[in-house]
Amino acid sequence: MMCTVCGCGEGETRIEGHEHTHEHSHDHGHEHVHHHDGNTHGYGQGPAHAHAPGLSQSRMVQIEEDILGKNNEYANANRRYFSEHEILTLNLVSSPGSDKTTLLTRTIEDLKAELSLAVIEGDQQTANDAERIRETGVKALQINTGKGCHLDAHMVGHALDGLKPEEASVLFVENVGNLVCPAAFDLGEAHKVAILSVTEGEDKPIKYPDMFHAADLMILNKTDLLPYLEFDVDKCIDYARRVNPGIKVLQLSATRGDGLDAWYQWIRATRQVSLIGHSTQAASA
Amino acid sequence: MHEMSLCEGVLQVLEQNARTQGYARVKTVWLEIGALSGVGPEAMQFSFDVVVKDTLADGAALEIVETPAEAWCMQCARTVIVKQRFDACPDCGSYQLQVTAGDEMRIRELEVE
Repeated sequence: MMCTVCGCGEGETRIEGHEHTHEHSHDHGHEHVHHHDGNTHGYGQGPAHAHAPGLSQSRMVQIEEDILGKNNEYANANRRYFSEHEILTLNLVSSPGSDKTTLLTRTIEDLKAELSLAVIEGDQQTANDAERIRETGVKALQINTGKGCHLDAHMVGHALDGLKPEEASVLFVENVGNLVCPAAFDLGEAHKVAILSVTEGEDKPIKYPDMFHAADLMILNKTDLLPYLEFDVDKCIDYARRVNPGIKVLQLSATRGDGLDAWYQWIRATRQVSLIGHSTQAASA
Repeated sequence: MHEMSLCEGVLQVLEQNARTQGYARVKTVWLEIGALSGVGPEAMQFSFDVVVKDTLADGAALEIVETPAEAWCMQCARTVIVKQRFDACPDCGSYQLQVTAGDEMRIRELEVE
């Protein structure tokens, strides 16, 4: 796997299936060495020394560049790829322990006969989640972010090279369990889906407003536990609408199965909408 | 939040512009940080100093310009200033607000040599 974009600030990312060892040096004033043992992508930290003798006068340079501009370029490339291959991509975000992976495995079991599915798993360490998904027979690839607290669009782009989701499939990206950082990093997905379990606080939408603002759908999971908890569902939904008046809300229990039909309907409908305007779909007339 | 990786993003931009704009050192960086961007100026300052060590921006000053958050109030049909995403409209108290500015994170200007 060739990284064509050396210089990105990811030190410890590992993507399953990427194994290579190479060393190279550039003749433009700096050297960096890639030591890839096993699945490690390690990038050189050396500075680019741009020597420009004769220029010693201080001057101002206007650049007006978005700090997340680089990520957004990768995200747009991913979005183009998804569009060309008619893939609906959903970025699942939540805190750790919301039972995203249980919801995902259940969803896969129920929909795999009907839709072609693929999964990218993001965690700091271990490939446990990708293994859980692969047990369902669906393609899955694990990204370990190392010290990183979120997936970025560059990692997802590389994962796509290895995963190769099928045409017209639904791709679930299970982000690192974190309600803060993944909000800012566009991966090229069609929608962010925030999963909140009722064992957490009902005020999470206003405690972590960026995430609920960025999401198009909020799933309240583990609703079978509501009788044992003091979780005010209406209040929670009200908080979510304060930070995002347009957010849709579904209530379900991934373990007991309540409310899953509505979630599956949402996936089907969203997929239909994403296919509108595609030549292969329109050509039948 | 992830100030460290944002600072790495800033450094990438500085290094890329060094080639196209022909400078060897960066002395000051002006960042425009929106009130809703989720970035803590102190954490940004700290991360910046660490990330630029031994680079073309080693020792550079970081000047953070905080920009206010604005939202469109659907009830009042005008732009109002808010402090947080879940704020009510300061005039009518409605939560029907669409945030229109305040999540930007931009490098505005550099002092270089």
